[in-house]
Amino acid sequence: MVKRNVVGAHYGLRDWIAQRATAVYMVLYSVIFVLVSLAIPSEHLSLRAVLTAPCMRFLTLLFFLTLCYHAWIGVRDIFMDYVKPLGLRLALHVAAILVLIGYAAWAAKILLLLGA
Amino acid sequence: MSQSTAGASSGKPKARPKYLDLRQLSMDQPIPAVVSIMHRISGAALFLFLPFLLCMLEREAFIAATAASLGVIAKLLLLALLFAYVYHFCAGIRFLLLDKHIGVEREAARLSAKIVLGASVVLTLLIGVKVW
Repeated sequence: MVKRNVVGAHYGLRDWIAQRATAVYMVLYSVIFVLVSLAIPSEHLSLRAVLTAPCMRFLTLLFFLTLCYHAWIGVRDIFMDYVKPLGLRLALHVAAILVLIGYAAWAAKILLLLGA
Repeated sequence: MSQSTAGASSGKPKARPKYLDLRQLSMDQPIPAVVSIMHRISGAALFLFLPFLLCMLEREAFIAATAASLGVIAKLLLLALLFAYVYHFCAGIRFLLLDKHIGVEREAARLSAKIVLGASVVLTLLIGVKVW
């Protein structure tokens, strides 16, 4: 017999770190977003102008990807806390993963087709 | 842990861990608890309305329609989601600081909870005025 200590998959700590790392990035992005908005003269100011400023398309794409990852950990925690039937919980987890991947692709499409 | 073993050795009934059903707790809670549950609610709201926000982004990006041209209901919804984002942002920074063991004492935690509530309202109004 192989003696094993069952200690879990350690995904708890990994997700804990990921949730905070993505949060820090989103805080930085939010500050950059506000600074870029303030730097654009008000007569030219639009969401489009902010998003097409140098580097902003890449930073915004990264923002939406981190947001979806962050949201996944958040809604998973909510389902784990409040949804007790295992089948329903798993179904909700799958649904959350699918819609979040869809949202990430949707955001990427918007940003790529934004034009210069 | 140590409580239950002490209880068992002295022959008294064990002080069992109490199961708190979060669904049955009232909102009559200390401010840090209110900030915590509002952080969760705002996060859930942002997740649920993410498709709405992406629609808004798509609309602005391609039709170049501004937020000022929105209908009243869309404007109110956007303002509520702006508050949810700003609030989640402020409360999130507070939790990051708590993770770093900054401000964990009771008085400091109560003060920072009040600051989170006040700052998120002020920031929402500032951004709202700037956008509209």
